[in-house]
Amino acid sequence: MPAILEVEALEAFYGRTKALHGVSFAMDEGGITTVLGANGAGKTTTLRAICAMIRRSGSIRFAGQRIEGRGTEDIVKLGIAHVPEGRGTFVDLTVEENLRVGAWARRAGGSVAEDMTRVFGYFPILAERRRQVAGTLSGGEQQMLAVSRALMLRPRLLLLDEPSLGLAPLIVREIFRILRAINREAGVSILLVEQNASLALDLADHVFLLETGRMVLSGTSDVLKRDDAIRRSYLGY
Amino acid sequence: MDVFLQQVLSGLATGGIYASLALALVMIYQATDVVNFAQGEMAMFATYLAWSMLNAGMSYWLTFVATLAIAFVAGVAIQRIIIRPVETAPILTIVIVTLGLLVILNSVAGWIWTYLQKPFPSPFPREPIRIGGIVFGAHDVGEIAVTLVMLALLFAFFRFTPLGLAMRAAAQNPVSSRLAGIRVGWMLALGWGLAAVFGAVAGLMVAPVLTLDPNMMGGIQIYAFAAATLGGFGSPVGAVVGGFIVGITENLVGTYVSFIGTELKLTVALAMIIVVLLVRPAGLFGRTVVRRV
Amino acid sequence: MSRGLRLALFVGAVGAAVVVPAFVSGFRLFQFTQVYIYAIALMGLNLLTGYNGQFSLGHGAFYAIGAYTSAIMMDRWNVPYGWTIPVAGVLCLVVGFLFGRPALRLEGLYLALATFSLALAVPQILKYFEHWTGGSQGIVLTKPKAPWGVPLTEDQWLYYLTLAVTVAMFVAAANLIRGRVGRAIVAIRDNHLAAEVMGVDTALVKSVTFGVSAAYTGVAGALSAIVIAFVAPDSFNVFLSVTLLIGIVIGGFASIWGNIFGALFIQFVPNWAQDISKAAPWAIFGIFLIGFMYAMPYGIAGAIRRLWIRWVVSRVSRAPGGDVRSSPAKASTT
Repeated sequence: MPAILEVEALEAFYGRTKALHGVSFAMDEGGITTVLGANGAGKTTTLRAICAMIRRSGSIRFAGQRIEGRGTEDIVKLGIAHVPEGRGTFVDLTVEENLRVGAWARRAGGSVAEDMTRVFGYFPILAERRRQVAGTLSGGEQQMLAVSRALMLRPRLLLLDEPSLGLAPLIVREIFRILRAINREAGVSILLVEQNASLALDLADHVFLLETGRMVLSGTSDVLKRDDAIRRSYLGY
Repeated sequence: MDVFLQQVLSGLATGGIYASLALALVMIYQATDVVNFAQGEMAMFATYLAWSMLNAGMSYWLTFVATLAIAFVAGVAIQRIIIRPVETAPILTIVIVTLGLLVILNSVAGWIWTYLQKPFPSPFPREPIRIGGIVFGAHDVGEIAVTLVMLALLFAFFRFTPLGLAMRAAAQNPVSSRLAGIRVGWMLALGWGLAAVFGAVAGLMVAPVLTLDPNMMGGIQIYAFAAATLGGFGSPVGAVVGGFIVGITENLVGTYVSFIGTELKLTVALAMIIVVLLVRPAGLFGRTVVRRV
Repeated sequence: MSRGLRLALFVGAVGAAVVVPAFVSGFRLFQFTQVYIYAIALMGLNLLTGYNGQFSLGHGAFYAIGAYTSAIMMDRWNVPYGWTIPVAGVLCLVVGFLFGRPALRLEGLYLALATFSLALAVPQILKYFEHWTGGSQGIVLTKPKAPWGVPLTEDQWLYYLTLAVTVAMFVAAANLIRGRVGRAIVAIRDNHLAAEVMGVDTALVKSVTFGVSAAYTGVAGALSAIVIAFVAPDSFNVFLSVTLLIGIVIGGFASIWGNIFGALFIQFVPNWAQDISKAAPWAIFGIFLIGFMYAMPYGIAGAIRRLWIRWVVSRVSRAPGGDVRSSPAKASTT
């Protein structure tokens, strides 16, 4: 399987402070990879660096194309959708308008209406609330909306930053189930940053573990789940 | 009763002008937290360009459209060339830049076209119009019509087109907009362009009434501030409604309260600002901002 | 900056100011006097807007109150000019404090609008109360002579008087800012809620700051009445307030020295602009304004601060073992 994302010697900076110290990894197309680690490990930073939201150096290849020199808007147009931490909802726009914004940069093919129908298929609650102002939605619904907005782009790669944050376990389980469906049906590769390690390990094929800006562990999720020592020392359970 | 209705309509006409300029101010403020102090002068400059075109023999409506087009391009250019270099600077720094622009435009206009007042034609007939047996000035009626048409077009643009939606998104949430592939910088530039268009409309509509001179828009801009404050600086709808209310109030107060002559009329606008700020700072349509800590 | 260096610069500046009249006279000397007056006014505005974060676009009103207080006292009641200065200051302190109370409810743009409206209304209010203010004609005063037969011309005497007042008020401001109150003032600007939670009486501090800020600008107004020997409503229109605002932005927020730079700018640059272009001098001024803001978005004092910090940092990191980068664990990730 060709690699959808190849990152080499990635360093990232907030002002003068270096937050990532030469992280390297690769993701296969169609796979689900999760990045785990404690607070401040650099997980969100990694996603931001890929999307050129912060200053970075090193090489980033998306489906073979070098993207480290490009701006956020161009990277998005190539097919990377980023669901940021906190969901990034357009709180004053309606649900439907949020989805339309998501389709702004889409790659060619299919009408916006079709995609909206598909997305409502994954998240029927959004169809019910389509004319509601997005700021009035619950946390879980906003997360569904954020994922849907990302899907409207018809991305090849979906970056998710802590989708479980602040949500009830039942809702999180539902969202993760749908993520798996999206991955399988639409072939969207997923790079998932999570603190909820057990849920993430259930969903993902591959795992990377970050600690203070460095990659300390990488492997398949099966192996990690079975290795008690690693699990206990790094993931705490 | 007739006088009352006439004054109300007249108030709506001037209100339309305040509404247009207030809308321009609010559009830019909403997207950038910056009050463009040069908005009135930009409108004045556009009106002078129209005057030159009319003087060269162009027909009115062609000049109208050409002026709006030039205003749009100029607004975009000003944002990209003059405002962008200080985009990330403190708000007051950017405000000072707009003040600099104000002063430059005023001075250059005076230099090119002199400070002598120039008459400016109205596209509407001189004969008054009769509606329901009451006589109204044709310019007033025409002004209201032009304002309403422009507002309707703007509303339709923002509501129904993808570009309009992208602009709204960029103003509300620049970070998420970038993640949707929207070039936020260019959306801001477009906002400045549209604001300039509405400023130009205000200028073109008021010039026949006030006669054209470089300081023409100064008083209007103060009324526009009053309108935006009343309606709520964060709300385009508020700016428009505020503009009409200010216009009607100004006219009615001027007609029915005897000691308010023309100089004190401005004080009415100022008093409105103060009262609104004391009673309800966010304005009629604004929302009190609750900042999450 | 070390205290020694600071003191040396201060003494040097005052020393230079003291000898200026030896080289400069007449109108030029008058202009420098005006610079000091502006500097005091800017110090007042900077205290409120730069240090405390309350945007005022209406400080011209306090300047006017100070000027007219002084003028009326001298003209109506023959009060010696020296006494009018503290009286103007105290009056503006009270007025400013009273204004500061309702202003507590307004923030940012809204406070700016309210003060802007106030500034617009000032000339009309002054013209309205003609009995006191002399209406549009204003009040003509006599320029004071040097007291006790001191051999100075009127211009020179007024120069030294103004310089003395300026130095005194700047030293007082510096002490205020470096003390507990000053820290409270800045804390309110940086994080209102945190300041409150830490026990700062934000309402009181903000109102007092408004009062003190008005007092400074009122003193400047009083001095201007004495030095110019004339007050008229149209000198105190909205342009004055805007000019003061330009002064503190150009000079630099939350800076004491910045007010001197700002005062120099607002006094001299319009004249230079006129020298460059008789036809459109304000266009040149506008270009200067915009250019300054591009080059120094944090004002002159801000630019100097940056250069200073860069110089200090470059010396530190050249020292052996001096690593200026903080550890990555402190990076602000979420």
